[in-house]
Amino acid sequence: MTLVSVKNLSVKYGAHTVLRHVALAVQPGEIVTIVGPNGSGKTSLLRAIIGATRPAAGEITLKPGLRVGYVPQKLHIDPTLPITVERFMTLTDRVPRGACHAALARAGVPDLLKRQMSQLSGGQFQRVLLARALINQPDILLLDEATQGLDQRGSAAFYRQIETVCRETGCAVLMISHELHVVMSASDRVICLNGHVCCEGSPAVVASAPEYRALFGTGTGGALALYRHDHDHSHDHDHDHGPSAHEAAE
Amino acid sequence: MLDDFMTRATLAGIGVAIAAAPLGCFVVWRRMAYFGDATAHAAILGVALSLAFQMSIFIGAMAVALIMAMTVTLLAGRGYAMDTLLGVLAHSSLAFGLVAVSFLSGIRIDLMAYLFGDILAVSRLDLAVIWGGAALVVALIAWRWSALLTSTLSDELAYASGRDPRREQLILTLSLAVTVAVAIKVVGVLLIAAMLVIPAAAARGLARTPEAMAVTAGVIGAVSAAAGLRAAYVFDTPAGPSIVCVAAVLFAALNLVGWRSQRGA
Repeated sequence: MTLVSVKNLSVKYGAHTVLRHVALAVQPGEIVTIVGPNGSGKTSLLRAIIGATRPAAGEITLKPGLRVGYVPQKLHIDPTLPITVERFMTLTDRVPRGACHAALARAGVPDLLKRQMSQLSGGQFQRVLLARALINQPDILLLDEATQGLDQRGSAAFYRQIETVCRETGCAVLMISHELHVVMSASDRVICLNGHVCCEGSPAVVASAPEYRALFGTGTGGALALYRHDHDHSHDHDHDHGPSAHEAAE
Repeated sequence: MLDDFMTRATLAGIGVAIAAAPLGCFVVWRRMAYFGDATAHAAILGVALSLAFQMSIFIGAMAVALIMAMTVTLLAGRGYAMDTLLGVLAHSSLAFGLVAVSFLSGIRIDLMAYLFGDILAVSRLDLAVIWGGAALVVALIAWRWSALLTSTLSDELAYASGRDPRREQLILTLSLAVTVAVAIKVVGVLLIAAMLVIPAAAARGLARTPEAMAVTAGVIGAVSAAAGLRAAYVFDTPAGPSIVCVAAVLFAALNLVGWRSQRGA
């Protein structure tokens, strides 16, 4: 049964339309990544799914009783707010301490239970956010650029962790990322967004789609994604597309 | 026991401290200190209107404080920076309030009593209103505690867990208006924000969880109220400002101790 189904969704901020006629569906156990340039409406789409933004048109259907684990893009905890990892994790759901331990271990950071949130490193912090989202055994994880502030190795490890957790628990994932080269290998399906769904399909299909190249041909993210794609599949293309990406950037 | 004015004053001060503690923590965490200030300043306009229309000062002050807080919430993010907006609204409502009071020629009112409080004149009815208001604020905040904390950390996190952060904001706004209204008699409109912010800030270094910080802030506030009143009696100083002075001294002392123990560690 479909976990999340979005049909004909439009989102407006004032007179400005950020999303138009967007449709997508996530099935159980599936890892779906949304990619798109800045201002393409990725975050608006996720906000609409969690109910933080009211759609101007269209409908969003969640499976009845769906348990959602949400990992925000960034979480600013004011330094005046003392809070331990344990308290933070049990803020929205009352769960026994054992479940906190288990979720932290799943997310790769056991033993942080008694630490102050303000003392965590960037990587630990993101993993605690992941653990908090996992604590209620969600059917789907929603991640909004969850690796901001991590270096490339850190975010690669973070996405590997998510992939491992989800393959183990059967939890579906819908995530936004700008780090295409890191994320694509873990995804079952990629949706390329730019106000509307430009193209959609397996990572390999999307990476070679002309719509995708038109969007990402100019940025570094695009160059890296092309690099990864070409590197994996055919070295001839390197010479065709590598320089063209460079030219476009200039 | 309630016949003694010092006893009534002390109980009034403790009542306000208890309401101000959990609310003050949110004011500090959400960086709403100036917002609290603006709401409190607006209350003087409420006092003037209450006197003009001969209604309860508590109701008038609370209504105007609530209108002020809602106006700020509505205007936020529409053109002006928040601190500019609050600066305009806080001081203009204070000014309008002071001017409005001057029109009340028939009644001679002691403006100082509303600006700096008149805690030694707290009656049994005032005491009932203060403790009733404090109980309401504490109950509201305790009831919504988790949701308030979640939406303080992140709007999205609140939405994703099925809570509406705008509703939580409204609950804080309402609590703020009630606290302002009950605190006017105790510390006056100019020092209400101090009772919100100083005990909470002083409690920060002593607490490891949000709950502990709220309780510690309550204790610090209550101690400040009792000690401040005692000092006012002994040294013949104004009561409201003396309470705030004690809170400020506690804040400084606790920070100094924390700073020294950190350096020692």
